[in-house]
Amino acid sequence: MDFESKSMRRNRATRSAMNYFVSGLCILATILVILPLIAILFYLIYKGASSLNLAFFTHVPAPVGETGGGMANSIVGSGIILFLASLMGIPIGIAAGVYLAEFGRGKTLANAIRFTADVLNGVPSIVMGISIYSLIVVQQKHFSALAGGVALAIMMVPTITRTTEEMLATVPHAIREAALGLGVPKWRTAISVSLRTASPGIITGCMLAFARVAGETAPLLFTAFGNQFWSFNLSQPIAALPLQIYVYAISPYDEWHRLAWAGSLVLIVLIMVSVTLVRIFANRGALKGGS
Amino acid sequence: MSPPAASADVAPAVAGTTLSPIRDYLSKRGSGRLADNSFAAVMLICACSIFAIVLFIFGILVMHSRLSLAQFGWKFFTTQGWDPVSGDFGALPFIYGTLATSLLALCMAVPLALGVAIFLTELCPRPLRAPISFLTELLAAIPSVVYGLWAVFVLVPLMRDVIGPFLSKTLGWTGFFEGPNFGVGLLTASMILAIMILPIISSLTRDIMIAVPNSQREAALALGATRWEMIRIGVLRNSRIGIVGAIMLGLGRALGETMAVTMVIGNHPDISKSLFAPGYTLASVIANEFSEATGDLYLSALIEIGLALFLVTIVVNAIARLMVWAVTRNAPARVI
Repeated sequence: MDFESKSMRRNRATRSAMNYFVSGLCILATILVILPLIAILFYLIYKGASSLNLAFFTHVPAPVGETGGGMANSIVGSGIILFLASLMGIPIGIAAGVYLAEFGRGKTLANAIRFTADVLNGVPSIVMGISIYSLIVVQQKHFSALAGGVALAIMMVPTITRTTEEMLATVPHAIREAALGLGVPKWRTAISVSLRTASPGIITGCMLAFARVAGETAPLLFTAFGNQFWSFNLSQPIAALPLQIYVYAISPYDEWHRLAWAGSLVLIVLIMVSVTLVRIFANRGALKGGS
Repeated sequence: MSPPAASADVAPAVAGTTLSPIRDYLSKRGSGRLADNSFAAVMLICACSIFAIVLFIFGILVMHSRLSLAQFGWKFFTTQGWDPVSGDFGALPFIYGTLATSLLALCMAVPLALGVAIFLTELCPRPLRAPISFLTELLAAIPSVVYGLWAVFVLVPLMRDVIGPFLSKTLGWTGFFEGPNFGVGLLTASMILAIMILPIISSLTRDIMIAVPNSQREAALALGATRWEMIRIGVLRNSRIGIVGAIMLGLGRALGETMAVTMVIGNHPDISKSLFAPGYTLASVIANEFSEATGDLYLSALIEIGLALFLVTIVVNAIARLMVWAVTRNAPARVI
């Protein structure tokens, strides 16, 4: 280091100090980001677990002033709405993804659809809520489980389309060509070869879309509306877990706050478990399929 | 529609032998052209339904807000009154609340998100990389209403008793931290928004940084750059358009975020300089007042707010997507 002048050495020291300073800032930022996550999870488990009991899963909400009660009808209601949403959203989303990946490669129309799907993904969920309200609820003249399902289905479509397309894009062309070379028609190739090879990824994509809409509250406010009692009628208002959490969280009663925490814990656990299970399942499928 | 599938019509008819199910199938079927074309058509219809959804949302919002569109015109977005009783509606306080909370949230989230992305792509030891990115993406999986619940019972008291008094003592002279501090208000809403948009910005930024070719990094290092200089010259400069796009996607999300904000912003249509003051956003006024809106004009004014929100988020998202695509288009497909 003899050939370095004094100013060069000082310059190097400041540059090196800057390097360590910025690295430190990045580490600090990461810690600051993980901190609220840990705080949220800690509070959920701490507050939620202490208020969970069997009644929570078996009872409908108690009237104001009475202790006890649960969210059984909300859990079932959420299940019904999500089932409806998946029934409509998943086939359309996957089909659109198949079009983009298998039939539309390089076409202007496909690029436009891809772009629209990405943009639709960013449309606020409350806007979906009021559109479906204006379309279905105003026509039917009352809130309904079906309207909630349609609102969530619309939110699932763009996510599923894009993940399906990305997953299909990872399927090697040689596999498709092999099928086509055997004389398999193109539609059969798309279903039995491309979709099947990419199925673990597509299932994961559907599950992520499902998890995303499972916690949505805003689109259900004016469609499913919520219900204090059991309801299995698709054309009637129905309870949903996120809606019930919202109502309880902004209420002034301690008992209801307690139930809101318990509900949030159940919601998060349901979302996390479904995502994790499907990931494990999907990974195993990928290994067995040996694509 | 399907030139490569033409071979399907000249399938080898090796009948009788059951060598494989697929060959068995082929020997039994006829021409596949009709099936092929109708399959492609069905897929196309499903794909076009995405256009239909966007057009339908736009159409229905315009149709149901025509009363308010006709009555107020552009004045709707520049006046302050919000009085359902006398039928006087102006969306300015909500626009102010939305812009103030979103921009403030970006100011808090962007430096942190960039820090996380740089840490994850350039500095993080390999074994830590997957768990940390999993943890930050876990933040994105938490529903909005749960963030709201947490904010109401943890962030609001913290704001009221610790952060608020500290800010008014040290920065009170700026005028941004004046007035009574109830814990709910613009600042609390911005903080919860910042936490919510962080994972989006950081994971997109990380994807964009990964798309920068390693030769750029190596060139900078070979010229004697320190690690930070390499990141600044080699990585950040090359990915800046994509990073701006990622930030705009975060902005789009912040503009439309409803539940968590509604729960902590205070819901009061006022324009005030102090960040402690309660406010109102476009999304939260819809969430709060839509189901109790009496009168057609009231409802139509709320739907017009929804229309404005829809158009603004479409524009912001479109610009953002184009910017992100400009950078990552040639990168390998992202596996979630």
